[in-house]
Amino acid sequence: MTAVFRQAGLALYRRRWLLSRRSVQLFILLAFINQLPAIGQIAQGNLASSLWFDTLPLSDPFIVLQSLLAGSSPAVTAMIGAALVAGFYMLFGGRIYCSWVCPINMLTDAAHWLRHKLNIKGNMTLSRELRKAVLLLALLLSLLTGSLAWEIINPITLLQRELIWGSAAGTTLLLSLFLFDLLVSRRGWCGHLCPVGAFYGVLGKFGRLRVTATQADSCKGAGCSACVKVCPEPHVLAPVVSGKQQRVTASDCTRCGACLDQCATGALSMQLDLGEARKFKGIPVVSRRDKP
Amino acid sequence: MKSPQPNSVEPPEPQRRQLFRQLFRYAGVALVGSAIGHALIRSRPLRSAEILRPPGALVEARFDATCVRCGLCVEDCPFDILQLASWADPAPTGTPFFVAREEPCRMCVDIPCARACPTGALSPLLTDIRKADMGVAVLVDHENCLNYKGMTCSICVRVCPIREEAITLKPIRSERGLLQIPTVMPDSCTGCGTCEKHCVLSEAAIRVLPRHLGLGVSGTNAVGRKAL
Repeated sequence: MTAVFRQAGLALYRRRWLLSRRSVQLFILLAFINQLPAIGQIAQGNLASSLWFDTLPLSDPFIVLQSLLAGSSPAVTAMIGAALVAGFYMLFGGRIYCSWVCPINMLTDAAHWLRHKLNIKGNMTLSRELRKAVLLLALLLSLLTGSLAWEIINPITLLQRELIWGSAAGTTLLLSLFLFDLLVSRRGWCGHLCPVGAFYGVLGKFGRLRVTATQADSCKGAGCSACVKVCPEPHVLAPVVSGKQQRVTASDCTRCGACLDQCATGALSMQLDLGEARKFKGIPVVSRRDKP
Repeated sequence: MKSPQPNSVEPPEPQRRQLFRQLFRYAGVALVGSAIGHALIRSRPLRSAEILRPPGALVEARFDATCVRCGLCVEDCPFDILQLASWADPAPTGTPFFVAREEPCRMCVDIPCARACPTGALSPLLTDIRKADMGVAVLVDHENCLNYKGMTCSICVRVCPIREEAITLKPIRSERGLLQIPTVMPDSCTGCGTCEKHCVLSEAAIRVLPRHLGLGVSGTNAVGRKAL
């Protein structure tokens, strides 16, 4: 009997990061939808701009930036909201948004999981830099058309609108996104195309929350590579696994914690890295695959 | 391509050149993409005359740039008249609108939708709902309006929240006798759509249109004779 509990406990422990971030994602998603009898609605609006507990305004800095480029004049509430959100991600790491907040992450993770289960090998190789081009494109188009260019198709707010206000017109877009990740390109959307992730990556480039090899000598390195295999952005772990760096400093790291769940030796941990700030200014060391 | 001489090793590309190469590559993709994207966005349907913006909305071009499509106005409307445009709707995706024939604006005096707006797309300067400009009611169909047929329906006049000001009955003598004609005062009408909602015909004879579609403007015709 205790063995069963031990097994279950271990299984939970091996998924502690996954389960915590799924809880946070679901909480944020439900906070917009559910009317709790005791508190009322926790958050109003959607991820573009919202009001939490009837007091705290939060706005998506990417969407506000598009709006400013389109020619709007800045408004106090939206600017405060955007500054709060931007400040958080600049301090801790931009792509925390991708794995802890964005609801599309659940959709693409499901596609990736199914892809693995069905053993789908076919893969269209895309450059991870493509999303930065899409980001530039979205900003340029906002400037040119005087409209919020990315918001015409942004699947994040699209999904939220469908859930909160119960429409279904955008389901085809969400379905095609799922199928794209499942059949066409491995981690195609979040890892290669999405400009929102690219924006937060640039914004929180020097974020201080970092995967750190605390017990570097217990890491089996390239021989094990369990962490690299599960990482949605595997290139960020390369310098740590090869022993060149103690911390993951690449801006693409989403702090999803998949590597921490997977590491059997306990060599990795997530740490706030407040000291040694000067060490990490400059171009982070990333293995370049296109080098001969 | 390898060079034929074995001892002429190409020096490694300077980092700055690599950076510029990368930068120009992004810029190229973005430029080509924006040309295509621009055409695509422009080909999307513009706002049609059927949808109306909430009170306090900026003029359409500025509204499109300022609204972040968050839906806070939709949630704060106590009568649930507002909705956000889906892909299928004739307005930029995610922007708020209402359809007068389905649910007209109830003209709350505290204007909760405009108060909720975080970006000023619904102007915080609008404090008197009677100054709102969502459009203007126009009696578009004289053929089917019951008052024009000599009956005294006048439902549009009676439901108007700006009583006796925005729509009044003007007597006109015709071959059918004395007709009581509903007449809109454009300066008082806010375009709330209550008259359109309650028109007894199966398709409304009076409709709210955006002001630039609903009203003529006196002045010089570019082709015709000078205005007096």
